[in-house]
Amino acid sequence: MDSDIKIRAENVNFYYSETHVLKDISLDIYANQVTAIIGPSGCGKSTFIRLLNRMNDLIPGARMQGEILLDGKDIYSPRTDVVELRRRVGMVFQKPNPFPKTVFENIAYGLIINGIRDRAFIRDRVKQSLKKAAIYEEVQNRLNENALMLSGGQQQRICIARCIAVEPEVILFDEPCASLDPISTRKIEELILELKKDYTIVIVTHNMQQAARVSDFTAFLYLGEVIEFGPTSKIFTVPEKKMTEQYLAGRFG
Amino acid sequence: MIVERKLIKIKEGLVRFATLAESMLGKSIKGLKEKDKFLLTDVIEVDELRANEFEIELEEQCVAMIAQHQPAGKILRTILMISKITSTLERVGDHAVNICGHSLYLIERPQVKPLIDIPRMAETVMGMLDDSIHSFVEEDAALAKDVCERDSIVDGLRDQIIRELITFMTSDPTTIERSLHLIRIANNMERVADLSTNISEDVIYMVEGRVIKHHVDDENQE
Repeated sequence: MDSDIKIRAENVNFYYSETHVLKDISLDIYANQVTAIIGPSGCGKSTFIRLLNRMNDLIPGARMQGEILLDGKDIYSPRTDVVELRRRVGMVFQKPNPFPKTVFENIAYGLIINGIRDRAFIRDRVKQSLKKAAIYEEVQNRLNENALMLSGGQQQRICIARCIAVEPEVILFDEPCASLDPISTRKIEELILELKKDYTIVIVTHNMQQAARVSDFTAFLYLGEVIEFGPTSKIFTVPEKKMTEQYLAGRFG
Repeated sequence: MIVERKLIKIKEGLVRFATLAESMLGKSIKGLKEKDKFLLTDVIEVDELRANEFEIELEEQCVAMIAQHQPAGKILRTILMISKITSTLERVGDHAVNICGHSLYLIERPQVKPLIDIPRMAETVMGMLDDSIHSFVEEDAALAKDVCERDSIVDGLRDQIIRELITFMTSDPTTIERSLHLIRIANNMERVADLSTNISEDVIYMVEGRVIKHHVDDENQE
């Protein structure tokens, strides 16, 4: 396997009961790159990204076929430790969802449930994570305030810091800016570009322009199929498929 | 900001392209002066291909920037200018190649006259090209204006070269063919001066928002 490939999806099919949601998806996610998944509502982009850290496991009647390889190892094999998988593949959701706890506790949470007790270590890691998430300056004097007191954009960066604190390898973003204003959106986008130095990033967005701005690779999904996948600069200037062209031009979706 | 960082990278590419175009021009004249066939063929066989690659690459970067970032205002004007300057530089490269072609003919034959005005003209033209690119990068309208004013010096040199060569041709018809090649070299250089002036006019528009195109002379009289 190519060492630059962090995650490889091979012939992935996914069903919600009888509904065939993802159809034979094969896709490579490259290490330290931002891969965007775009497509109209209901095309399966969120379903796909949630498969990458087994977030769909508990949905009744859901069924998956095919393989998803993380560093060449199938994450759906019975030997996979799902908790460890989700530490390695973190996720940031559409709506900021900090715990109703202090800023500090939010970031420290992942460390504590992983059994870390060294207070100095935790303090240091919290600070580093907040810094990496570009929020430290804004909250350094508010670490003991409830995270829910922060603005939406700040809460989202707290969630990113919480994700970073457990040192993941991949970060999945599911519409991370959908509930944010343009300025917070811009901050998150800048942050994503900063984060790709250390992490592999997959972002699902219905905002085509966001995909264009932040990603290196783009996959266009339509009705559960990958219509086109390639470098973002190419997809947005000379797409190969007519359907991609039409979607970019806003003719459907 | 993402867009600004990308813009800086594209500008750096443009400066490298400009350096190549200038060196092509420099080599075309040096090759003529020093009868260096290798230098002249190098421009035609190596540099020209690189120039074409530069043009395609920069053009693609500009298009990708517009498609991916929808720049507005000054960034948009700058990107459009880079795209324009890119095609201009490609044409400068073509002129250098033309000069090399004529030079290759001339270096195999006796000189019509010592080369004095042509190297002087080349020096002025290369300075104009260099300054026009700098005025763009530094957004220096004063420098751009200075480039526009130098255009008439080049026109004067070209006219002088032609006048002189006409006297040679009328007194000795065997010099006609060689003289015509020299005249074409002068004309090619004069075109590069025009192209540099065009770049500078665009810079003035970019910085000051004034369109001075097509009536630089009116302005000089004011």
